[in-house]
Amino acid sequence: MAIEIKMPALSPTMEEGTLAKWLVADGDDVRSGDVIAEIETDKATMEVEAIEDGKIGQILVPAGTQHVKVNAVIAMLLEDGESASDMKLPTPDAPDAPAEPVAAPVADDTNPSAETAPMAETVATPMAETEWSGSSTSLTVRESLRDAMAEEMRRDENVFIMGEEVAEYQGAYKVTQGLLDEFGSKRVIDTPITEQGFAGLGVGAAFGELRPIVEFMTFNFAMQAIDQIINSAAKTLYMSGGQMGCPIVFRGPNGAASRVAAQHSQCFASWYAHCPGLKVVAPYSAADAKGLLKAAIRDPNPVIFLEHEVLYGQSFDVPDDDDWIVPIGKANILRSGSDVTIVAFSIMVGRALEAADRLAEQGISAEVIDLRSIRPLDSATIVESVKKTSRLVTCEEGFPFAGIGAEIAMQVMEQAFDWLDAPITRVTGKDVPMPYAANLEALALPQIDDIVAAARTTCDGFKG
Amino acid sequence: MTAKAETKRKRGPGRPPKTVGSGVNDMPPTEDLVAMYKDMLLIRRFEEKAGQLYGMGQIGGFCHLYIGQEAVVIGLQSASKPGDTVVTSYRDHGHMLACGMDADGVMAELTGREGGYSRGKGGSMHMFSREKNFFGGHGIVGAQVPIGVGLAFSHKYKNEPNVCVTYLGDGAVNQGQVYESFNMAALWSLPVVFVIENNQYGMGTKVTRAAAGRALADRGMAYGIPGKQVDGMDVLAVRTAALEALAHCRDGNGPYILEMKTYRYRGHSMSDPAKYRTREEVDAMRKQHDPIDQIRDLLKNQHVDDARLKEIDSAVKATVTKATEFAQTSPEPDPSELFTDILLPLTDNKLVAKV
Repeated sequence: MAIEIKMPALSPTMEEGTLAKWLVADGDDVRSGDVIAEIETDKATMEVEAIEDGKIGQILVPAGTQHVKVNAVIAMLLEDGESASDMKLPTPDAPDAPAEPVAAPVADDTNPSAETAPMAETVATPMAETEWSGSSTSLTVRESLRDAMAEEMRRDENVFIMGEEVAEYQGAYKVTQGLLDEFGSKRVIDTPITEQGFAGLGVGAAFGELRPIVEFMTFNFAMQAIDQIINSAAKTLYMSGGQMGCPIVFRGPNGAASRVAAQHSQCFASWYAHCPGLKVVAPYSAADAKGLLKAAIRDPNPVIFLEHEVLYGQSFDVPDDDDWIVPIGKANILRSGSDVTIVAFSIMVGRALEAADRLAEQGISAEVIDLRSIRPLDSATIVESVKKTSRLVTCEEGFPFAGIGAEIAMQVMEQAFDWLDAPITRVTGKDVPMPYAANLEALALPQIDDIVAAARTTCDGFKG
Repeated sequence: MTAKAETKRKRGPGRPPKTVGSGVNDMPPTEDLVAMYKDMLLIRRFEEKAGQLYGMGQIGGFCHLYIGQEAVVIGLQSASKPGDTVVTSYRDHGHMLACGMDADGVMAELTGREGGYSRGKGGSMHMFSREKNFFGGHGIVGAQVPIGVGLAFSHKYKNEPNVCVTYLGDGAVNQGQVYESFNMAALWSLPVVFVIENNQYGMGTKVTRAAAGRALADRGMAYGIPGKQVDGMDVLAVRTAALEALAHCRDGNGPYILEMKTYRYRGHSMSDPAKYRTREEVDAMRKQHDPIDQIRDLLKNQHVDDARLKEIDSAVKATVTKATEFAQTSPEPDPSELFTDILLPLTDNKLVAKV
């Protein structure tokens, strides 16, 4: 029976890709291991190999097709003795059941298939900064981050970017795509794998009045460099009596990726937010990612810029403005509500918005606040909201102990104790190292249902 | 006094590294020698006073004295050019004075007063002067090394004809980030001189008990960084080696390592009983290799008379006395200083969050 050749998942978070090129045609014989196609993922161009011997029966997805979902059937392979009439082509209505778990970072996401709209668009709520009334363009978070860096590098020649694979490879997650071409190797610098070293070099360069953007391939690896970030970047201004400003941005993906287990999946927001001398931001939308990164690059202080791998491919409307700035330290109320306030940042914002939709169906009106900045924390916006709703749920991917939710709860207690009608509830990652197994990973991550349940608990259990 | 040859000390297998001595041709003008003598003496007297003030409880915390090592930083500074940057670890008082920072401000920082370079918020280990291109003063062993490479990076990025002189000790050479720094500095041909002040002890551990392999000057060999071992008790030997290393960097040839064989007379910090070495060992270094005695003898040979030397001694003493008085009378920082200098204010209104 003819074999289905499916769009492979070539990275932990890949959901779709472009079928760039076929290297075979209908009727060609192929042997296992032959390269039959090239696929562009969100990170790189990859080769697809035949996994069986046979003859190409029919190519179903032509070269050049974009947004081909992982596990969509892209061609049929005939085994010995079979002819084209033996092929049973997949019907468009039947979504493929993936043979193995593919990139499904959150359990509530449906498995992507060629027939459904890209998940990015279904999850993302297009939005722009409320003050913006001009035109906007739909961009991915990845593109908006790249644009932010490119615009700031055009604006200030002292801005440069360094990190592993940022230049010739075009970024491990393609966030720096195209920057080397435009700015050259003086300003777009591939480093050796030497996090502590290049973080420290960046600090020295910032003391030397340059404006480095230091990319960590992920923030997990920044633990190698955390001494330089805390002891050198964050504290020196104070220790020098105000002489030694350190205008530097440390950026990269933070939080859980997908199926990469404990050493590559952790939220570090509370680690960095703990220390005076740093600003910490964690945007959700592409517009905020762009505006906050530009603000971070222009900021005279060290800024920890926490991105999220799963958000990189999601699209949002971004204002058409080379000077689009989102000030650090200002939260954004994304959805107005009256019964409960849900505070979230980074990827949890999308889940909070979905949770608010479900709560609305259950008659609960939730207000959703995107923190955007972790430090300085816009506690005024949270407190104002709590004074209206009297209930608060905090959401984060990180561990619960001494997390951002704990801090928010304390601040709200200090500033709005009398307005609370129920205990504050935290939705967090479970207090375990991230497991690898798909089912355990889903259990460890905070899900939309967890937010719904937390909100219901505060509302149902404690009628004011 | 030339080339009082380097001691025969040799660690591990292999050839002894080349030692640079001061040759006759390198002899600076007498007035330059006088200035070097004065600068070294200032460090010596300043540190002696700091030790006294520590004993009196007027200086707190950690206090690492530079006594015995004065020739290293003065030799390096005498070879540096305006705009060169300096960064070091926490045994830093001598480096600050050598960079031209005011003794009053350094001493007042030691006593934790408003008049200190960091307004009392940094202390002995964390002092800076942008004006004098002194970038600290860092308390974490080895952490200043990538920072120095970053300063060198900024020199090169901005096409400045300058070098960053990055000091580290024989203890720091075993930190991983030092090698990360060597690699990047060599890879990108950055203008940085790594000055390893090998005073023989990383806190209480003799260098031979901590560092495998041969001379520390060779620690950059794998990266192709030239290294030289230098008699760090001889300020002219230091100066000669520094001139060569700085020229190498200024010519765009990348980094250079100088291992300064030196010695600290005092303990690692003020609280160190120094039981790991004998009194005889310290006395032998003091009597036979003291860097200040050496340059004083040289000045006498150059016919600088006793009256002139005495005049210098008095001037140095007066500077230290004035610094001490300043450090004792400058007020403690205002309590409001507790919450200043954490973040720089935003000057661009567009960046300011309106709540």
